[in-house]
Amino acid sequence: MTMPLYASPEQLMRERSELARKGIARGRSVVVLKYAGGVLFVAENPSTTLHKVSEIYDRIGFAAVGRFSEFENLRVAGIRHADLKGYQYDRRDVSARALANAYAATLGSIFTEQLKPFEVEVCVAEVGASAAEDQLYRLTFDGGIFDESPFVVMGGQTDPISTKLKDVVDPEHDLRTALATAIEGLRATATSSNGNGASAEADQIKLEVAVLDRARPRRAFRRLSGAALEALLPEPKGDEPSGEEKDGASEKGSSGGTAEKE
Amino acid sequence: MDNTSAGAGFSGPGLPSAYFSPASSSFSDFVRAAAPELLPGRQVSAGAAGLDVPHGTTIVALTFAGGVLIAGDRRATSGNLIASRDIEKVHVTDEYSAVGIAGTAGLAVEMVRLYGVELAHYEKIEGVSLSLDGKTNKLAGMVKANLEMAMAGLAVVPLFVGYDLEAEDAKHAGRIVSYDPAGGRYEEYAGYAGVGSGSLFAKSALKKLYDPDADEEAAVRAAVEALYDAADDDTASGGPDLVRRIFPSVITITAEQGAVQLPPERTAAVAEAVVAGRAEHNHHRAS
Repeated sequence: MTMPLYASPEQLMRERSELARKGIARGRSVVVLKYAGGVLFVAENPSTTLHKVSEIYDRIGFAAVGRFSEFENLRVAGIRHADLKGYQYDRRDVSARALANAYAATLGSIFTEQLKPFEVEVCVAEVGASAAEDQLYRLTFDGGIFDESPFVVMGGQTDPISTKLKDVVDPEHDLRTALATAIEGLRATATSSNGNGASAEADQIKLEVAVLDRARPRRAFRRLSGAALEALLPEPKGDEPSGEEKDGASEKGSSGGTAEKE
Repeated sequence: MDNTSAGAGFSGPGLPSAYFSPASSSFSDFVRAAAPELLPGRQVSAGAAGLDVPHGTTIVALTFAGGVLIAGDRRATSGNLIASRDIEKVHVTDEYSAVGIAGTAGLAVEMVRLYGVELAHYEKIEGVSLSLDGKTNKLAGMVKANLEMAMAGLAVVPLFVGYDLEAEDAKHAGRIVSYDPAGGRYEEYAGYAGVGSGSLFAKSALKKLYDPDADEEAAVRAAVEALYDAADDDTASGGPDLVRRIFPSVITITAEQGAVQLPPERTAAVAEAVVAGRAEHNHHRAS
């Protein structure tokens, strides 16, 4: 009779974390940031139909990275949670905080109970009556919940993007400036991993853009695509400063092969 | 791997597993599985027929060039008494549709609320909204689900209007669908329709006033005229109340604006013009 392999709980957790972390880092990034009129979602997404960003409720939006089928399950569950609560009580009683807590509990129990954790990272955002009441919650694969401000970066190589955005994101910015900032942030990974010649490629990043617009009367969520998005995009610059910044992305090991220095 | 639970489901304090079922994009199907007690019309008692619950009354709808509108009076009655003078019986249900309700007010308002959630729920989950025909069939299903209550005397009869974005002729893309208490669904090709106790008089008025090529302004006027006629002959329908400043509510749906409720100042102005017109007419006849 064969003995079952023994693995210590500590080792199991470590292995699961590693699995999830690798899965998430393999994908492309999503940036969620506050701007004067609400919350802006910008995702790098080659598909126009498999969304990474979505509406949950009147004032609540959702963004996720990682394995599509897994965060799609979470998204649908979140819509059900919000709609049921709003139907049972009132539309005003649906909050991002409650949803984020439910997600955290769910992700936490999946992480400890299931053989394979969800390889996802989720952001739940809500616009309030004023800019001060806007909320961004980041949920990690192990059930961690973080109240972030003024921006969230998830998926792919987050470090170069965070570094880039840290000093430039300002919740007072208008939509156009905020969008330009977010795109610049997303480009930071493209330039750091490929060195020169990457800026042209980065110009063609397929974007999925949406906003939670405080000014809209009931359902604040609005996708920006086609002509509406074109009008907001910054003018394509001929010469991007090449080799922007490099460090940080080390442990993630993306497809481009992160050279430590150029 | 003995020290891991390999069960398919997961427990804990998070979202219930029913929330993760891949079954359906329908909100009511989900509620039926997750919290059936919240659905309307679950506990039926045959004795409900004797219940004097408020009833809503007259709703009219008509198309115009480039859109469609729905309008309702504001009265709910309970037997021979007025239960409410300012109830809202027409509701915007999504960006391009609206529903008016006649029948048992409590159930009807709940049905419209559920219907609105249902449409938005589908749109959020699927990423696209239901087709106009899909929306009307869904409403038929909800009326049908209320059949048992209707048998007990608590019928709900909605009237649906919507703007069909996929129509070939944008000028005539406004559509009206009426229902019977058993869930029958009837498209109104004539371009106008009415439900409720005063609808007989309202429809007779619309028969003369209706013009498919009228603009929005003229169509709103025709609708308010029709509601005035309904209130004139049907005690259960309320006319414009100049003392309390209660006027019919009107929702228009066009390609540009979507479904919007007309501001009270505008309906007040139209209703006052209608009342003044009738007063003048009577004055001429008397002298």
